[in-house]
Amino acid sequence: MTEILNYDLVVVGGGPAGMAAALAAKDNGVPEEKIIVLERDVRLGGILEQCIHTGFGLTYFGEELSGPEYADRFVKLMDETKIAVKLNTMVLNITKENQVIATNKEDGLITINAKAIILAMGCRERPRGALDIAGSRPAGVMSAGQAQKFVNIDGYMPGHEVVILGSGDIGLIMARRMTLEGAKVKVVCEVMPYSGGLQRNIVQCLEDFDIPLRLSCTVIKVHGRDRVEGVTIANVDDHMLPIPGTEEYIPCDTVLLSVGLIPENELSKQIDLDMDMITRGPKVDEMRMTSQPGVFACGNVLQVHDLVDFVTQESQIAGKGAAQYISGLRHEGVIKTRGQNGVRYTVPQSINLDEKEDVKIYFRVGNVYHDKRVVVTCGDKVLFNRKKIKLAPGEMENVIIKAADIAEMTADQEIVVSIEEA
Amino acid sequence: MVYDIAIIGAGVVGTQIARNFSKYDLKVALLEKESDVAMGTTKANSGIVHAGFDCQSGTLMADLNVKGCRMMEEVATTLHVPYERNGSLVVAFSEEEMGTIKELYDRGITNGLTEDELKIIDRDELVKLEPHIADNAVGALYAPTAGIVSPYELAIGAAECAVGNGVEFLRTFNVGGIIFEDGLFTIGAKDGRIIRSKWVVNAAGLFANLIADNFNNEKFKVIPRIGEYGLLDRDVYPLVTHTVFQCPTKMGKGILVAPTTHHNVFVGPTSLDMEDNMDGRHDTSVRVGALRETYAAAQKSIPSVSARDQITSFAGLRAHWVEHDFYIAPAKNNDHFINLIGIESPGLAASPAIAEYTENLILGIMGEKPAEKADWNPSRKAPVFFRTMSPEERAELIAKDPAYSRIVCRCETVTEGEIRDAIRAPAGAVDLDGVKRRTRAGMGRCQGGFCGSRVMEILSEELDKPIAEITKFGRASDIIYERTK
Repeated sequence: MTEILNYDLVVVGGGPAGMAAALAAKDNGVPEEKIIVLERDVRLGGILEQCIHTGFGLTYFGEELSGPEYADRFVKLMDETKIAVKLNTMVLNITKENQVIATNKEDGLITINAKAIILAMGCRERPRGALDIAGSRPAGVMSAGQAQKFVNIDGYMPGHEVVILGSGDIGLIMARRMTLEGAKVKVVCEVMPYSGGLQRNIVQCLEDFDIPLRLSCTVIKVHGRDRVEGVTIANVDDHMLPIPGTEEYIPCDTVLLSVGLIPENELSKQIDLDMDMITRGPKVDEMRMTSQPGVFACGNVLQVHDLVDFVTQESQIAGKGAAQYISGLRHEGVIKTRGQNGVRYTVPQSINLDEKEDVKIYFRVGNVYHDKRVVVTCGDKVLFNRKKIKLAPGEMENVIIKAADIAEMTADQEIVVSIEEA
Repeated sequence: MVYDIAIIGAGVVGTQIARNFSKYDLKVALLEKESDVAMGTTKANSGIVHAGFDCQSGTLMADLNVKGCRMMEEVATTLHVPYERNGSLVVAFSEEEMGTIKELYDRGITNGLTEDELKIIDRDELVKLEPHIADNAVGALYAPTAGIVSPYELAIGAAECAVGNGVEFLRTFNVGGIIFEDGLFTIGAKDGRIIRSKWVVNAAGLFANLIADNFNNEKFKVIPRIGEYGLLDRDVYPLVTHTVFQCPTKMGKGILVAPTTHHNVFVGPTSLDMEDNMDGRHDTSVRVGALRETYAAAQKSIPSVSARDQITSFAGLRAHWVEHDFYIAPAKNNDHFINLIGIESPGLAASPAIAEYTENLILGIMGEKPAEKADWNPSRKAPVFFRTMSPEERAELIAKDPAYSRIVCRCETVTEGEIRDAIRAPAGAVDLDGVKRRTRAGMGRCQGGFCGSRVMEILSEELDKPIAEITKFGRASDIIYERTK
């Protein structure tokens, strides 16, 4: 009835995470013809394909690339291998037995038995409906990423007079992009007292184009019956509630939203993986294995990254971990990690006690901090203590835990990352 | 073109009246000012099939509500429309409110409900039915036969059935004026189109009183009353499985927490009278702060319901006639012009009975019953819902047409095949929201962020229209403009 395939490794998602993971699995000993990548879009590359601006690759390649260029480096490497790729293919579900059920027009329903699975589905944008924005529901309200697809992939202008809500990186990038295409970006409103985007994007995308960024300010109402005709914006107080008397009407035909990214974890929830309530991704160990043995996760499905370079590095770890798992390696005993004092989360959430290599713990802070110390402890022992001039929610931070320290740890301990006074 | 019957308004009432008359050998036109069916009150309400205990006894509203609730299952099933007899609860939070519950019970019995259809239950039974109910809930009125139905799909289903049986659906036919001459109505649309008909059924919802006034100066005081809602992610279900009401107030049935037939949980509606003018009839804006109030009120019943899980908010307008009853009767001086006024809640629940009542009213005036079509089909082609199919059913479907193997909307698992079906159906979708209401593409947690442009491509292909001309919901709701440089 349905085709049944057998692979050692199934990678769900062919963006930067999926490609790096598949290639790393091959480099770590999984036979290349036993690896398959399933991608729902018409091409490999994921969201990078619509990110035609530069700024990618500075960390990983040491040069500045556009999104499609960065993706292309990995697509070329994929082409040189016998790793199978199925495009236009949507994974419908994953079973507890590590079976992947997918569908596409060429093959119909496909069932794949896998020894290991890597989840690399990326993330999606938070929609308007999740916010408390009053007013009408006309055409012209869309996520910044949707607008980016219209402009960069489809070649259409989604609007002419634009207000952007949220100063996430895609919002900042689209402020510049829409301006370059001839639209007038009137203001970028950010409900928080700081931007969630990278500092370099605020400079290059807003300041260089004289686009005002208003902090502690939000869109409270959308006007217009058919198409957006304007918005009411207002300043917000410490509880993020609009301050009466600060309302201002701004005529516009488009509202772009850059109000947060959410890991795309429908499949993870289906198989009941232990989820981290803060990252909204699965909880993983240092090899990026989830609570279901043989199922790994990497990239934005695990935690929303600031730079694709870190996605690549993380995915290479997951690829290696999957290769080790396929070859039979099993661990016993983990030590948990967690954040406190302003550290919102840590990834990985646990480390295997028999880990023989250094482990990088990634984290994000919940506020802007100046001149603080990042301190990592395990029991009474201080593993890391370094001064940071600035910490911001928009930037992913990391600390390295030495293999020698891990060797001395026990399962009843925990690794705690915190922000302390300098 | 001369029709036997012209029905104004393709909401849940107009479409069902069209369906009822489609079984006779009559030429029927269904006129709709918007580009699709279900664009007014029908698309934004609670979707509740009320049991009928709330209505004032002795009113037409009470009679048709009780009848409609009993008819709904068969109508919905026949038309392949999502329906569930989930039962409703009116929750009391004090002994005083238990008094109100008793009054509602007595009223329900007076309205014709049986003791199987209405029960007063204590806290223990209530907690069994709704485990997440507030700690201070003391008891409830339980109506096991109350249900939920997808209101816009009911209108879509009825319209597809009607059009499949020969009814003509005239979109964007915004009635500007009606005159009666020599036994024939001439109905003019604002864009200049003109049709003639022997009968007119005025089922224009919020605009019905304006049309009645325009025709022969017959006045009804109808106030647009707004109701705002928050819709939650499907993950939240089964936070509630019944329709959970609080005790009613004079502004309506109060804030409820309930599931939809697709198992999203929602909170709402608020209730506020709008200006009695055109703006008031068009403005479905959610008010600033309204949702915060709504969640606070909803948490009185279900404390753990949270705006954090919201995927969208919306508002609908109800046609509140100040007499608070349904008025279904011929116009003064012209018994071939039938007015339906004040069809607000429980209008959805009553809608099958309203259609039947209107049908019988007209047949009565006609005297001689028109011949029935021998080949009348009470149903329509069953829509495909890939998401709820078993693996075997999916495989079988895909073997027939590979378009069902391409997932376009990932949140709701909607295939390309379903979207093409929705566009090709009788009275099919012509815009993004039309596809959404028929297939659920864009109804999920990303709200069309992923599938929107893909659905636009399919619409463009199927309708043979440039993609930039595809709108969100007709009129001037353009989504994209010119090509980039």
